Amino acid sequence: MRRFVLIAIPYLWLLALFLVPFAIVLKISLSDAAIARPPYFPQFDWAAGIRAFISELDFENYIFLTQDDLYWKAYLSSVKIALISTALTLLVGYPIAYGMARAPQEWRATLMMLVILPFWTSFLIRVYAWMGILSNEGYLNQFLMWTGLISEPLTILNTQTAVYIGIVYTYLPFMILPIYSALDRLDGSLIEAAEDLGCSRAQAFWLVTIPLSRPGIIAGCFLVMIPVIGEFVIPSLLGGSGTLMIGKVLWEEFFSNRDWPVASAVAIVLLLILVIPIVLFQRNQQKQAEAEQ
Amino acid sequence: MGALLNSTVFAPWDDPQAKPLIQFQNVTKRFGGFTAIDNLSIDIFEREFFALLGPSGCGKTTMMRMLAGFEKPTEGHILLAGQDIDPIPPNKRAVNMMFQSYALFPHLSVWDNIAFGLKRDKMPKRDIEERVDEMLRLTRLEKFASRKPHQISGGQRQRVALARSLAKAPKLLLLDEPLGALDKKLRQDTQFELMDIQEKTGTTFVIVTHDQEEAMTVASRVAVMDHGRIIQADTPARIYETPNSVYVADFIGDVNIIEGRATPKGDDSYSIDWAEGQTPLQATSSAAIEKGQKCHLAIRPEKVTITAERPADAANAVQGKVHDIAYLGNLSTYHVELPNGTIIKAQTANTRRISRRSFSWEDPVWLSWTATAGVLLAN
Amino acid sequence: MNRLSWFNAVSLTLGFAFLYIPMIILIIFSFNESKLVTVWAGFSTKWYGELIHNEAFLDAAWVTVRVAVFSSTLATILGTMAAYVLVRGGRFFGRTLFSGMIYAPLVMPEVITGLSLLLLFIGIGLDRGIFTIVLAHTTFSMCYVSVVVSSRLITFDRSLEEAALDLGCSPAQAFRLVTLPIIAPAVISGWLLAFTLSLDDLVIASFTSGPSATTLPIKIFSAVRLGVSPEINALSTLMIAVVTIGVITASLVTKRAAVRQKQEEQAAARAT
Repeated sequence: MRRFVLIAIPYLWLLALFLVPFAIVLKISLSDAAIARPPYFPQFDWAAGIRAFISELDFENYIFLTQDDLYWKAYLSSVKIALISTALTLLVGYPIAYGMARAPQEWRATLMMLVILPFWTSFLIRVYAWMGILSNEGYLNQFLMWTGLISEPLTILNTQTAVYIGIVYTYLPFMILPIYSALDRLDGSLIEAAEDLGCSRAQAFWLVTIPLSRPGIIAGCFLVMIPVIGEFVIPSLLGGSGTLMIGKVLWEEFFSNRDWPVASAVAIVLLLILVIPIVLFQRNQQKQAEAEQ
Repeated sequence: MGALLNSTVFAPWDDPQAKPLIQFQNVTKRFGGFTAIDNLSIDIFEREFFALLGPSGCGKTTMMRMLAGFEKPTEGHILLAGQDIDPIPPNKRAVNMMFQSYALFPHLSVWDNIAFGLKRDKMPKRDIEERVDEMLRLTRLEKFASRKPHQISGGQRQRVALARSLAKAPKLLLLDEPLGALDKKLRQDTQFELMDIQEKTGTTFVIVTHDQEEAMTVASRVAVMDHGRIIQADTPARIYETPNSVYVADFIGDVNIIEGRATPKGDDSYSIDWAEGQTPLQATSSAAIEKGQKCHLAIRPEKVTITAERPADAANAVQGKVHDIAYLGNLSTYHVELPNGTIIKAQTANTRRISRRSFSWEDPVWLSWTATAGVLLAN
Repeated sequence: MNRLSWFNAVSLTLGFAFLYIPMIILIIFSFNESKLVTVWAGFSTKWYGELIHNEAFLDAAWVTVRVAVFSSTLATILGTMAAYVLVRGGRFFGRTLFSGMIYAPLVMPEVITGLSLLLLFIGIGLDRGIFTIVLAHTTFSMCYVSVVVSSRLITFDRSLEEAALDLGCSPAQAFRLVTLPIIAPAVISGWLLAFTLSLDDLVIASFTSGPSATTLPIKIFSAVRLGVSPEINALSTLMIAVVTIGVITASLVTKRAAVRQKQEEQAAARAT
């Protein structure tokens, strides 16, 4: 009895506040288009039964998504931005993680704390900090003009470049931490063994260090890519009107156009896109857990 | 009566009138398709120090966990003082357990660890204090009462675990590899301490161990287990001297096994043909063995005498040459190869200095033993 | 490996400069006299003074703190229960669905979580306000709590619980007297994580809040959309300061405890 209650409370909570809302999104995405005016048709009617209810659902909102090229362009651009920024984060993050793992033992805890600290700091504030740096009169342009490298201010804010900078900056800890923990576990004598067997430094890095840190690299890449696809704050603060990302489109569809059925359809398609990386990520984590046993 | 009791050896298992404290009645325990305990019946008596001995996976831990209440028998019943304890949850049983990992609560002091069980019984505060102090004295931990488990050594932790499980004065104390985490020297000291405490408190102890020396030292009776069954349950001396099977003979101590065919000669004596062209060996057995039946003769190495000349009056004597010598300090074990390739071990005490040792590698020697030295085991 | 190679030294320096310079600039310019944030016009704390008198920000901060306290506490209770069920619950009907529902919110885009909860609240006619934000935040942060707590529970020595049962505890007592005190550090860090997630959240709160309840991130977001302002710089500096003090204190406390435990263990080992 006690066990039943223990299971039931969190179970019912998640059913009511995670699964049911999701079912509602699914249902509304299949309903007739109507602007910000519930109830949406068809409504479920016990007398008519489930069959009648299902037969009235249709895919018109999804068909609408394919007709307006705004949507598929936004999906495509989200995926593109996610892939490029993940690669950039890896390029920036790997040397930092590597440097941390090679740092003297007594520094490591402090370096670790320095990586985690931004993670606890407000996401919004960290994105906001770049607005002052990247704007036309911003600190970066001031600095570059002072050094004489440029004479005219560069336009960075409200371009995709700013979005990439923002993503790399905010998601960097997610990339560093798993790579660091993989590198930290790496036995230093393996590299010495490789060098002993005739590898150069660079070969040893390429043939030993990189393959052994691969689980960390994969985990870090997914941890960056999955949330970036649905990102809203960064494109809306740094990307301007020129940056098309699906999270922003969904937000505008909902709050500006107030077209809830289409917003729901956008959400469902976004989830379908995310399923692939999520499943791959899950597999990677599982494999790693099995390897550790 | 008291004097009489004192003069009698403690052996309730030989007394048909004695009432057992624990009875396993045809107990079987299965985990899915795996049978951990196979139709097992055994009686354990009050004040006994009962050892369950066997390799890992033999079912000894499962037996203990069933006594503690963490597992329930699939079939059969377990009785404690005549009462079926299957439906009683672990927290309601008058049985306490000392865990292999000690399972000391890391957030509580030594004192609070020992008082933990007493507090659950809603005992008056004064009584708890008295009882905890008594336990601290018994285990010589008075100085460490306010320390946390990580602030004391491994041996002290072991004693805290013992004090905690004894504090509630259980009818039965279960000890799961209680000395397994200690190093060898400390383990030997602790074995005697454990026996001492068992005697002082009069509690029935059931100990699980895979260390045969430990079981032989501490226990009043040892049960040798394999594949969920008890192969033999008897006093350490009888387990060693009269094993009932090759498995037990081989598991406890070192043994030479010679395979052969028996011929009864009357009066429990047998002659055994063991190799072509060799004189048959002489042995005795209380169990009847038919003519021509395959059998094993088990002889402990220390019962084999090694000499340069053939002893005149030996019942059994075979010739061979020294194949290997293991020098153990107090003892030496000679591995002697017989003409048919069999290796027989003979052990001698090193009462003389090594420079005066009489045998060396490849020396021809004679091995001899009496007719009653070995145990004849029928297949 | 006692000294860093120049390559590692350079990559660490550049990396941490990249991580920290934006925040340092933000902090410096929060003390700027000028309204124009990009031009330094002398030291001043006037923006902090204005912040204290800005009713709208103070109200929003108060709403945010209340939401964070309620939701993180509720999430910690529910998340710990969920972790216990996942690690110790054995098999039960719908276990796969349950663990799926624990892990899914971790990878679910915030816009979708927000949208779906909003549609639920409208569907059942619940007025949006502090209560609905608390419900929303509890739901996603309980999943984070349960991940943190279950990773601790997996390494928990079960014989400690068995020892408690053996010594006369009921299962509930064993949890309260033995399991909970030992996993407390994980439960506390779960609470802190939930608290921070709730404080930071913009997207889900935007969907689930009503006109009666505006949280600080919502307020900051709408102010920031219009551009950089010294007041927001001052507010950000305060928030960064709180987090920094918190994280440094926490890491010092845990480090000191670990060092002490190690010393005591070594002393105990030497004593024998």
